[in-house]
Amino acid sequence: MKHVLPFEKPVVELRQKIAELKSFTSESDVDLTEEIATLENRLERLEQEVYGNMTPWDRVQMARHAERPTTLDYINHIFTDFMEMHGDRYYGDDEAIVGGIAKFGNQPVTIIGHQRGKDTKDNLRRNFGMPHPEGYRKALRLMKQAEKFNRPIVTFIDTKGAYPGKAAEERGQSEAIAKNLREMAGLTVPVICIVIGEGGSGGALGISVGDKLYMLENSTYSVISPEGAAALLWKDSNLAQKAAESMKITSYDLKQLNIIDDVVEEIQGGAHRDLENQSNHISKCIEDSLKELKALPTEELLEKRWEKYKKIGAVTTVVQS
Amino acid sequence: MIKDMFNKKRKYATISKQEEHEDVPEGLMVKCPSCRKIYYRKEIEKNLLTCPNCDHHHQMSAPERINYLLDDGSFQEWDEDMVSENPLEFPDYLQKLEKDQKKTGINEGVVTGQGTINGFPTAIAVMDARFRMGSMGSVVGEKIARAIEKANELNIPLILFTASGGARMQEGVLSLMQMTKTSVALERFDRAGGLFISYMTNPTTGGVSASFASLGDYNFAEPQALIGFAGRRIIEQTIREKLPDDFQTAEFLFKHGQLDRVVPRHEMKDTLSTILEIHHVGGGQ
Ligand SMILES: [Zn+2]
Repeated sequence: MKHVLPFEKPVVELRQKIAELKSFTSESDVDLTEEIATLENRLERLEQEVYGNMTPWDRVQMARHAERPTTLDYINHIFTDFMEMHGDRYYGDDEAIVGGIAKFGNQPVTIIGHQRGKDTKDNLRRNFGMPHPEGYRKALRLMKQAEKFNRPIVTFIDTKGAYPGKAAEERGQSEAIAKNLREMAGLTVPVICIVIGEGGSGGALGISVGDKLYMLENSTYSVISPEGAAALLWKDSNLAQKAAESMKITSYDLKQLNIIDDVVEEIQGGAHRDLENQSNHISKCIEDSLKELKALPTEELLEKRWEKYKKIGAVTTVVQS
Repeated sequence: MIKDMFNKKRKYATISKQEEHEDVPEGLMVKCPSCRKIYYRKEIEKNLLTCPNCDHHHQMSAPERINYLLDDGSFQEWDEDMVSENPLEFPDYLQKLEKDQKKTGINEGVVTGQGTINGFPTAIAVMDARFRMGSMGSVVGEKIARAIEKANELNIPLILFTASGGARMQEGVLSLMQMTKTSVALERFDRAGGLFISYMTNPTTGGVSASFASLGDYNFAEPQALIGFAGRRIIEQTIREKLPDDFQTAEFLFKHGQLDRVVPRHEMKDTLSTILEIHHVGGGQ
């Protein structure tokens, strides 16, 4: 394993130790089978302990893991016949957002997602998954197309945020995001949104208004990065860990706040440990949602969407007597 | 360098300390922060809180705006008693709210209701930058969403004055979700043919800029108002470039095709009244 997160070090060390013993056993005539079995038992317990007790900060790191699967990884495992479509028809093609058409089983769908790079070169091309306005406008164009042809929409959310740049402001970053929020609210086809990594503020929201919002267990959704929050609240970005705890940004926090529909269980140790299996979990979730949503008449679909958002935050208001 | 970028705060701009000093201070005399001329406070007040010399637009509170704009005695406030809880249990949050309630005489960062402008009925929501820098928490989002719904129900237009530094940190992701809630409400209003006028004032940034503020059938702004998605400092740090002085001003947005008009305060009432009249004559509203 190339990338080890601080909190999972004991697990990785033990795993290495077992590997060493195994190779020693196979190369010499000393039999360590018993010792290996003991250690493997211990490893199992240790993994459960470490991954079963992740702090919000551990999850933040997992959401940012260098090997964490991206939108295109999931697209390739969950859908067939994916064909990417490009461009917003106004300015350009923003590769920080990918979109296109595909089949989910026999069901035609439109897929949209933030796309991070896998390495530095890829990241420069993808602008680290931080979209410009044309990314949001491409997304909207493809969603309107989906509506025209009555195709459900699946979106994958994975961004640190919309790009804070000069050109982005000149071309109307605010308007691009705002318009998506409004237009997605009125789409007459089912919209299923899944946070797979970081859900960074308005930049994440811009493709995540829908009928269902799910989060992978180790993904985050927040108004600002923990580092940013720490800098703003306590003038010290080193307090990011503390901010991660108090800002309530994990999948379980959002479930508790009734913002998301459900947490999608992750492979022990993180989604990157078994992409195939993780994709199956996500598939199941899409399948169930489609079944439920496709049964609804359009009017009811839109009414339910409104009811869902209307409730958020409303519980935190009280009227003085 | 790129790593740096991710460790700095960004996305949501906040209001700089400067703005806090800009509002007309209590007292007899007022110094214009722009041209430095000194005036009697009453002179400025009579002049819609703009500088008689250089036309600098001083900060205008929500009650002042409503007072100046609506026909006398026509205003009926909605949800005036709604106050925030402390959903994320942030230390000192409730005390901060209380302090701002005392300072401003209003319960939250937006005042909503209905009234008439030159006889034309309208719903109105006015944000107030004095209250937690106009940041959007659950109450601000809820009151605006309810105002949209109510305008829809009453079949009257909605005029929304924005003044906001963006998200309210102490309400975290709940604050973020108010962007969606208000936008979903606007979609319903839009679909029903409702007239929505967005009038941006200084400052309109972050989550408010990236939701209802940008969604008007007509988008206006006051001269020199700061309007944008990301904060200036964050952008400068990210792109390693100094930004032009007029960056993210109303005039900058206008130049880039993002506003219908920059409307000085002296033309505010006539402009709005004319639009209400044209839509009134045209039917629908
Ligand atoms: Zn002046």
